[in-house]
Amino acid sequence: MSKNNMNISLPGLELKNPVMPASGCFSFGQEFSDFYDLNELGAIMIKATTLEERKGNATPRVAETSSGMLNAIGLQNPGLEHILNHELKFLEQFDTPIIANVAGYTIEDYVEVSKEISKSPVVKALELNISCPNVKEGGIQFGTDPEVAKELTRRVKEVSEVPVYVKLSPNVTSIVEMAEAVAAYADGITMINTLVGMRLDNFGKPILANLTGGLSGPAIKPVAINMVYQVRKALPEIPIIAMGGIATVEDIIDFISVGADAVAIGTMNFTDPMICPKLIKGLDEYLEKNNIAHLSDLKGRAFV
Amino acid sequence: MNYVLEVLSQEMIADNIYKMNIKDSDDNFIKKELKSPGQFVHVRVGNKTEHVLRRPISISEIDKDKHFFTIVYRAEGSGTKEMAKLEAGDFVDCLVPLGRGYTIEDLDHVLIVGGGIGVPPLLELAKQFNDRGVKTTHVLGFRSKKDVFYEEEFNTYGKTYIVTEDGSYGAKGFVTHVLDTLNMSDYDKFYACGPKIMLSVLDNTLPIPGFISLEERMGCGFGACYACVCQKTDGTQVKLCTEGPVFEKGEIVL
Repeated sequence: MSKNNMNISLPGLELKNPVMPASGCFSFGQEFSDFYDLNELGAIMIKATTLEERKGNATPRVAETSSGMLNAIGLQNPGLEHILNHELKFLEQFDTPIIANVAGYTIEDYVEVSKEISKSPVVKALELNISCPNVKEGGIQFGTDPEVAKELTRRVKEVSEVPVYVKLSPNVTSIVEMAEAVAAYADGITMINTLVGMRLDNFGKPILANLTGGLSGPAIKPVAINMVYQVRKALPEIPIIAMGGIATVEDIIDFISVGADAVAIGTMNFTDPMICPKLIKGLDEYLEKNNIAHLSDLKGRAFV
Repeated sequence: MNYVLEVLSQEMIADNIYKMNIKDSDDNFIKKELKSPGQFVHVRVGNKTEHVLRRPISISEIDKDKHFFTIVYRAEGSGTKEMAKLEAGDFVDCLVPLGRGYTIEDLDHVLIVGGGIGVPPLLELAKQFNDRGVKTTHVLGFRSKKDVFYEEEFNTYGKTYIVTEDGSYGAKGFVTHVLDTLNMSDYDKFYACGPKIMLSVLDNTLPIPGFISLEERMGCGFGACYACVCQKTDGTQVKLCTEGPVFEKGEIVL
């Protein structure tokens, strides 16, 4: 935006606007480049990268719920080497910072992937996926124990050439405790990942082959708003990129109001592939109409 | 490929089966982008967020001269029931065209086999084969008499066998009961769309080459969400929405 009414600087990230697609909802960008110029985006959080290729879960992998959906994709991705040589190469043509989402079975996996992927010229930050609920060893074991999460963050920080954000799971007793633990080493926090859920068919059987899946979409927004509020209250300084059911400009304003620095759009990319550019334009119009000089003027106003 | 299009008409043509005619975009996407029968449209239900996933529905008829296309779907869940309420003059948000459809080849005589809500895309296929001078024979299976649709339309293109599970209309049983009575050497290839169990039987038993169109729970419809993957017999994985829904016989593990 030429008026610079919503640009923001975060560790590793110079964002022209605070709107970016969330990991897992945007693949590696190529499909969406058929719909619009990816340069319009503040950043892109690419789909999780693991050391080796992952085939993902059996189908059905998705099921719609009221104002939301369950997914259990299972971190399907072509693996680190392929992503470095193909997906990230494709993204080099855009002037948009890439946040690489990293997942693994072991701390060593995270360290290895982080070390290599952070060398990519387009990757400006990492997002540690310690919260995927859909694979037994997809990171959730790192996302529910504060000490393990802290140690993982420390180890990745040692090798990463770019700032490290940690993506928090809402499926914990105290998300504040998790945030405080990773904040010892993390440059920022992204939150929230999906909530574990289940949907049955007309015969009373779970629809998803994985039985459970991660709930996302507008249905989870109140949960996400509260969690961002609680974490911001406990950690006034840490950068937070917030996500959880964002569908409208008003949703973005709400997350900024509870202290988020930037926001990510997940499920709604499937409902409307043009959602990100529409929200960026809408946000600019909102600020203009309400005579707000800069989006950051609204940050944290829920606390005042 | 994201268009907000006008509904021209909607009617119920069988039990809970709806036929909707949708107007072409102002820039004529039908002529510019539609490639082959078997491609689908991903329909957004309403413009609120109650339904976050679109509904993938095959295109069943294309009228390039009158600038509209047709979809036929079953109103089964809350989303499709909502779609069934749309009337002429309403608008639908469509991602279209999606997927890879059937290839029209210069053959002599082909066999077209459909089951239930898999029948619709085969009508446009039959039409395009006939336009190319290829003879078509159709075997269409339904659950019961009240579920039968498109019989007359298929009849205009070639010999059409109707079969119902309960025998209330046409032959009794499954499409295979009719197929068993046909001489397969009369046909160059088969083209099928229907329930997975039917496709699996055809894939395994028909002695001629052919193509099948698959169905899977879908997320985005354009390859970004990895929901609708299927396994190929060569061990690799494909996304049904971008590399299908039409595949060659023997290509997919069913």
